[in-house]
Amino acid sequence: MADNLLEIRNLAVEYHTDDAQIYAVNNINLTVRQGETIGIVGETGAGKTTIAKSIMRILPNPQAKLISGEIFYRDENILKLSEKEMRRIRGNKIAMIFQDPMTALNPIEKVGFQIAETIKLHNKISSVEAEKRACDMLEMVGIPMERFSEYPHQFSGGMKQRVVIAMALACNPELLLADEPTTALDVTIQAQVLDMMRSLKEKLNTSVVLITHDLGIVADFCDTVAVTYAGEIVERGTVEQLFDNPSHPYTLGLFGSLPRLDSTERRLKPVRGLMPDPTNLPSGCRFHDRCPDATDKCAEVAPEDVEVAPGHIVKCINAVGGAV
Amino acid sequence: MTPLLEVRDLKKYFQNKGGMLHAVDGVNFKLEAGQTLGVVGESGCGKTTLGRTVLHLTEPTSGQILFEGKDITNPSKQELRRLREQMQIIFQDPFSSLNPRMTVSEAIMEPLLLRGGMKKAEMLDETRKLMETVGLAERFENTYPHELDGGRRQRIGIARALSLKPKFIVCDEPVSALDVSIQAQIINLMLDLQEEMGLSYIFVTHDLSVVKYISNVIMVMYLGQVVEMAPADDLFSNTSHPYSKALLSSIPVPDIHNKKERILLHGEITSPVNPKPGCRFLARCPYAAEECNRPQTLEECSPGHFVACCKYTEIK
Repeated sequence: MADNLLEIRNLAVEYHTDDAQIYAVNNINLTVRQGETIGIVGETGAGKTTIAKSIMRILPNPQAKLISGEIFYRDENILKLSEKEMRRIRGNKIAMIFQDPMTALNPIEKVGFQIAETIKLHNKISSVEAEKRACDMLEMVGIPMERFSEYPHQFSGGMKQRVVIAMALACNPELLLADEPTTALDVTIQAQVLDMMRSLKEKLNTSVVLITHDLGIVADFCDTVAVTYAGEIVERGTVEQLFDNPSHPYTLGLFGSLPRLDSTERRLKPVRGLMPDPTNLPSGCRFHDRCPDATDKCAEVAPEDVEVAPGHIVKCINAVGGAV
Repeated sequence: MTPLLEVRDLKKYFQNKGGMLHAVDGVNFKLEAGQTLGVVGESGCGKTTLGRTVLHLTEPTSGQILFEGKDITNPSKQELRRLREQMQIIFQDPFSSLNPRMTVSEAIMEPLLLRGGMKKAEMLDETRKLMETVGLAERFENTYPHELDGGRRQRIGIARALSLKPKFIVCDEPVSALDVSIQAQIINLMLDLQEEMGLSYIFVTHDLSVVKYISNVIMVMYLGQVVEMAPADDLFSNTSHPYSKALLSSIPVPDIHNKKERILLHGEITSPVNPKPGCRFLARCPYAAEECNRPQTLEECSPGHFVACCKYTEIK
């Protein structure tokens, strides 16, 4: 456990509304090592963002209910910390990049000031020094520091996202949670931002949890992957294990859904059906009603994690330890 | 054979505070019946405006649009009404393009009602057939859009577009708002419909892997102009324009063994307001030279493959 920066054990989160309970995250286990980049992949409503918000402890209150689980950050269960103690970590040791750069910035504050604010909050330094560091951060993400005094609306989408990244990295966090950081951006700008994140990550040795729905970005950017479905991690392993030997039927379905640049096939092979209703999840395996290999047993028994290869874990009763 | 749709030197400018915004600037193409033209490019390149201008949802500034050989650039009101039966659009966002107060069957029936000439029972019958065609179960007939997920809503949008049996549909990012597994279901549906009904599509998207999959010919746009146009496979195997090259190399590929070299662009997109006459990609182009300040024209570099770059031979 010594080299684990973050360890999530049996995390379960529900959202309560007036007339329903939404099972957003159901008993998730996940570890992030120092310097590792882990990709969390899944479709809308799979619970990806809820996981990140649980780590940051910014789940909406009172709708979200933490049912069970522990999140260890450097041997300290952050779910047990007081709000005051948590503020010491949030934004400082653990930082988050949100999906939409258009709404993550304050429209009426200068961008440089917004970065300096974070630095001042977590470090005992003067405003002048904080602003100087904010300038350095801007330069690091490729924005000339003359633009320190401009407002978010004067920046393009890609530049705003770089400001958000600069803000997240301003206190040299040990763990960066990036929730779909490039989804709102055009592909050429996405390539620029990913490239920048990669070099910053290497320079600062930051661990990254990258939440995305794009397997292409995972292949390019991550060391390990966790595939989520209906609030569970159905498969996890290294990028090589998952791409060379995808084993859960849902993972296979995801790959089948992708139009490939190198393929000449005329039809895609998507997963049939729709995501289950999170207020009324199917019994047994959550995926059984969409699974092409489902047997009667799948509707009754909730599958356990099976280790098909060292570190390659599949939640499926048809998976066999050692091989599939 | 006359192409189904032909567009000649189409321009659409918008008057804006700083001057003229050149949204679509001198676009030419032909679309044959039963074929798909893919239009790709980044935000603000004019791809949506192009689709909307062809359909007269915005009026062109200049240029010519021919449909089945007939000039439809300046149609009268009645002509336009009749044309709209032939030419339809599927919008990007299935969340905002449907009337929240109409049930599924009302929404699908609306075009039939507006055209007139059908009895209520016939229309209901037709609506049910359309729902079946696009894969919407009959039990959704009386539900409202907010009760449905994005994939099903997009199916309503497709059913509406199909209801008057058009020959040609502009698909404006029809799958961009959907999750990959749903996206694949919708793409398959659109391919099936094309085969059954002989539809022609203009498929506007920023997603290059989708466009290659569905198109016969692909047009790459940059700031209102076509920089490259080629048959789908040829564009990918034989990319010629420096912008297309950068664009293609930027797509993250879900493959860990063939990592390709990325061409990273520097600088920001130049403003489409009162652009200079030269190549619009000049400021970001790694091959920029003196002669790029001249206006660029589309040249045929191999049969059917057009590129607007004076340096394409050197770059290869």
